Order: sequence, then C-alpha cells, then structure tokens
Amino acid sequence: MAKIVVTCQGQSLDDKVDPRFGRAANFLVVDSETLEFQVLDNSATNSMAQGAGIQSAQTVANAGAEAVLTGFVGPKAFQALNAANIKIGQGLEGVTVREAVARFNAGEVEIASKPSREGHWR
Amino acid sequence: MVEITIISGKGGTGKTSLTAAFAHLASNHVICDLDVDAPDLHLILKPENEYLEEFFSGHEAIIDQNLCSSCGECLERCKYNAIKETPEGLMVDLLACEGCKVCVHFCPVGAIEFPMRRCGQWYLSKTRFGPLVHAQLFPGEENSGLLVSLLRKQARGMAEKENYNLILSDGAPGIGCPVISSLSGTDLAVAVTEPTPSGSHDLERVVNLCEHFKIPVGVIINKFDINLDQVKKIENFCQDHGLSLVGKLPYDHAFTEAMVQAKTITEYQSGDLAEEIGRIWARIEALAQLKKAA
Amino acid sequence: MIIALASGKGGTGKTTVCASLVRIWDKPVQAVDLDVEEPNLALYLKPELSGRLISEMEIPVSDQEKCTACGACSEICQFKAITVLGEYLLTFPEMCHGCGGCLAVCPEGALSLGARELGEVLWGQAGEIDFLMGRLRVGEAMSPPLMRDVKKRLDSSRDVIIDAPPGTSCPAINAVKDADVIVLVTEPTPFGFYDLKLAREAFTPIGKPMGVVMNRTGFGDAGAYDYCRATGLPILLEIPYDRRVAEKYSQGEVIADALPEFRGRFIELAARIRELAAGDLKEVSNG
Repeated sequence: MAKIVVTCQGQSLDDKVDPRFGRAANFLVVDSETLEFQVLDNSATNSMAQGAGIQSAQTVANAGAEAVLTGFVGPKAFQALNAANIKIGQGLEGVTVREAVARFNAGEVEIASKPSREGHWR
Repeated sequence: MVEITIISGKGGTGKTSLTAAFAHLASNHVICDLDVDAPDLHLILKPENEYLEEFFSGHEAIIDQNLCSSCGECLERCKYNAIKETPEGLMVDLLACEGCKVCVHFCPVGAIEFPMRRCGQWYLSKTRFGPLVHAQLFPGEENSGLLVSLLRKQARGMAEKENYNLILSDGAPGIGCPVISSLSGTDLAVAVTEPTPSGSHDLERVVNLCEHFKIPVGVIINKFDINLDQVKKIENFCQDHGLSLVGKLPYDHAFTEAMVQAKTITEYQSGDLAEEIGRIWARIEALAQLKKAA
Repeated sequence: MIIALASGKGGTGKTTVCASLVRIWDKPVQAVDLDVEEPNLALYLKPELSGRLISEMEIPVSDQEKCTACGACSEICQFKAITVLGEYLLTFPEMCHGCGGCLAVCPEGALSLGARELGEVLWGQAGEIDFLMGRLRVGEAMSPPLMRDVKKRLDSSRDVIIDAPPGTSCPAINAVKDADVIVLVTEPTPFGFYDLKLAREAFTPIGKPMGVVMNRTGFGDAGAYDYCRATGLPILLEIPYDRRVAEKYSQGEVIADALPEFRGRFIELAARIRELAAGDLKEVSNG
C-alpha cells in the first residue's frame, strides 16, 4: 500500500482535485489500496503572504506521504517536495480524487521531473 | 479561458482609461482591478458592491505595556528599527514592522502579541460591462502581492463557475511584487507606454520581467504624437524583442473629458479615437487567441 | 531640510516637478531618486555618475553537516524562506526578509550569513547638484531595504529633494517618512482627486506638513480643489496644461530650463515649500 496526498476542493473522494497545490482548499491523505482517507485542512495558507507552496509541501511531508496528486506544483514547492523525496503527479485537475487515485494505481500518472510552470508566490 | 493583463511600468500612461475602454468593448468577461495601491477603474465603471471581505495578511507585533519589562531585547534584535522608545514605554512602529516574529520569540516575559494584520478589503461587484473584482488596501499597507493573487483567484473562480471566457485585468504599476503577482501565469500582457524617456525606460524594465516569466507582450504607444523620434525608438525596441505593437493613440483631452463624466472613451465619443481603440482591441483579442491555440 | 515629492498615483508629473525644483534651488542641494522600481530622475538631470555600490540583504546559508533538522529555524521564519523537510534543510533566498531570526535560534550553529543582491545605489553630479539614486534588480520584490541603503547616503549638509515612489503602500511611506515637508503632485481629474485623497490619508499619520502641486490645470473638474479646500491642504503651485510641457518632457528636458516662462513658477514653489516647512505659509490661492 501507499499513502498518497491528493489536493481536493472538498472533503470526500468524489470531490474534484484542487488544481492548486500551494493554496489547495484541503488535502486528502488516501491509502491507495483501501481508499481509507483522512482530511487535512489547508486553509491556513490562504492568509500567507508568501510561501504557501512550501508550507503545503511541509504538510504533505509531515503526513508521511509517498506521492502527491494535484493540478500543478509551483517551482518552490516542487523543490521542497523533491527534497522530501515525494513523487509528484500533475495535470489531474477536473477529475475526482477517486479517479486520480485509480489512475495513479494503474500507473497512468506521469511522475514529473520539473516544475509544471513558472510561478511566483502562489 | 484567457487572461489578459494591462500593464504600464510607469504610471499615468493611460493604462486604466484603456482598460475601461476594453472592458466596454469585450464580451463575456470578468473585469479585475489589480492596481490595489491606487485602484481607479471603479471611478469609471461605478460598481455596485455585492460582496465585501476583509483582507488579512501576515502578522504584526504589539507590545503589551502591562507585561513589558523594558529590557530592550526586542529593540536590539529588530532589523527593521520598528521598536521605538517612547514616554509610554517600548512601542512597535507598525509602518516599519515586517511581522518577522523575532521580537515575539525572544521577549523574555512574553509581552509581545502577534495578531493577524488587517490590510484592506476586497469586493465582488456588478458593473454595466459585467462583474468586477477589486480591492482597496488601507493606506501604508504592503503585501499587495498576496491581495493581487487573491483577486485573480476570485476572478478565475467566477469565470469558471459562470462560464466567462475572458479575464481582463488592470495590472499593478512598477516591476515589484504586485506586478509580478499580476503577471505570473497570465496569457497575454499588454503594455501601455508613452514616447518619453521614462516611458521607454519603464517599458524595457517591465518587458524584461515578462521575458523572465515567458509571457507574450503586446505594446500600445499612447500620446504618440508628442514625440515621433521616441516612437521610432520604441518601435525598434519592440522589433528587437519580438513584441507585437498593437496600436498607437494620439494625446487627446477626450480621455480626461470622458473620465470627468465617468464614461469610457468609447462611450464618450464615436470618432476616430474610439474607432482606433476598437481596432486595437481586436488585435489584442487575436493575439490572445493565437497564443491559446498554439 | 528634506523635501519629498510624492503622489497617490504615477504619471501626475512628480519627476517633472522634482527635476525643475532641484534645478532652480538656490542652495546646495542633493537630488535623490527613491522610486527604485522605476527610477527616472537621472533621465532628466543626466548626472555624471561617480560611484556605485551593490545593495545586499543578509540571508542564511545552511551547513547540512551541522544541521540536525530540529526545525527551530523553520518554525520562526514567517516567510517560508527556510524549511526542514524530513531530514533536509532547504533555503529559498529570494523569499527571505533578512530578519535574522533563523540564525538567532539555531542551536547547532548550522547557519551562517550570506547575501542576496537587491539592486544598486548610484551617485554622482549634475552640475552643482549632488545626485543619488537606487535601482531595484529586475525580479527582486523587496524595495524598502534597498531604499534604506540609499538613505544612508543622504547629505545632511545640503537640502535634500526626494523623488518618492508613487502610491501609498510601504515603499511610498518609507520614502517620505523622514522628510520635513511632503509635496503631493496631482492633477484636477477624478483619478487625480481619488489618489490625492488616498495619499493624504496615508501620509497624515507621519505628522509632517503637506502641500499640493496641481498639475495640468485648465481641464478636468473641481474635485481635487474642493478636497484641498475642505481639508486645509495648501495648493503651493498650479501648472497650467501646456502641450509644450509634454513635448519637452518627452525629449528628456527639464521644464524649468526648456521653457523659461515656467521657471518663475518653480522659484515660487521653492519659496512656498520653505514657508510651509517653517510653519508660516503665506496666504495661498487654494484654487
């Protein structure tokens, strides 16, 4: 089994993946086999003037995740996730968390090796 | 969805007047005023506020005089000279405080509080051209970069939910944090400049910034008839940097007259000037669509 | 005496007025461009630069060997410029505000001082005028620490005239807060009025005398004039709209030199500013 973190607009497996990593509404910490999950609130980053992506990477690392699934990860968060040896799957906005996990399990999610786009503080 | 951001580097080039005109000419769009330091778009668009929210960003240090032992530890440690000795005791100069928490951490008697900093307000409004997302920072507040990001997020959310296909933003001036936040990830930047040494200088700075973020740039030369030599230089600069020159406009008092009546220039008159602005807008739309298709 | 020229928004003619004012100033004067994001005063005064220093900010540099990943630095940093992820310490130099908190709390001595370039401080001469300016590095977001380095070179033996950044946010306040007099440059339009109001509200807590230069008069509306009258803001000078001013400005010329008929107005402005600083401003028209 693998513990993966998926950014989520809501609080259930059937809610959509949040396209933003740093300022994601919630993180779902999902057991990729049993689909048991736990919700981590990420609203604290909404009032951060800077470093939301880094803060989120820290949250994900502390949750003990092996991989993160989201829309896109900015350059600083990317560096931080890399440092913590966490796999990054991007481009999953628009689908549900359940679908994102299924794709990850099926090996259909590409694990990125560089940031998805230039960003600044978001 | 396409995001177009109008910028200028230097102030007073007519950026806001032109954004207002484009807001009139565009269709199916959300309008966004990212110039949160000096937001002027609402003076022409006359929005009806429908939603207001307080904007908090970062923290600020406040010394509790009842607990303070005046040891001076904070005074010594503050890199921003934000701690002042006053007859009433040690006080934090909130204009200088950057909210770094060093004084809070090192205060031996725990006398320093660290509340969230209330920096301004943001609004969702209705205008005669469509919804407007805008804000006002309180005087002297910083962190407009975060507020800019927040406004863009609101605009994007609204566009997605209500199927608008364009976000038209009046960008922040300068080349610092707020303008970086207004540009990152936008589809097209339109720089409004004027044929003056400052105008050209600032255009170069802001184009550098766009190149840094790999954002395509369209250029409008406003007040072109005050200095044709300088216009030539700007045209050469555009060519050298692969920028699209989307149009030139003359120095015209109609801009001020329209502003006084709270109208866009395209509402105020239907002459050559308005027609030219119409053609410029068509070129901008074409540029933005091209970029999306590529 | 330190005089700061400011404006609620850009493009009102702040640099135009500043260049002319230093040119007609009849005492030793230092012209200072603190609009470090868009420094344009040099384009008009055309000084010969003689000195330059790189402005830097202190940032932490980590030593992974000594770091035990205790997380103390990460906890105090409010800007997420230093973070412990698992066993690894990461720094993001461009996010650092230079508060020194991480260095002060690290129990292992695993952090040492490094530097990040903010921009440059430049100085020189434009004839009799001492010139000083700062220029922010493109992509750098933090101007106040660079402005502090510029201000270290203010010459107290001369009168200092500062071209401040436009707006009412942190950099603008920083530029005007040490001034003895604040001169707000605006124009009689709805935008001009609104931004003048924001500027007056932002600068009032600083507690320094303020006056207004009303630029490009003859068009627009009465809003800004009414506001000055209602709040007791003295109008120190009116500059009527003249297409030649825009043209000369576009050619990089100083108005007080290029259009002699305007010279007297700036001499008048200098006198009004001195009266305002001394607290004995004579009767002004106030529109």
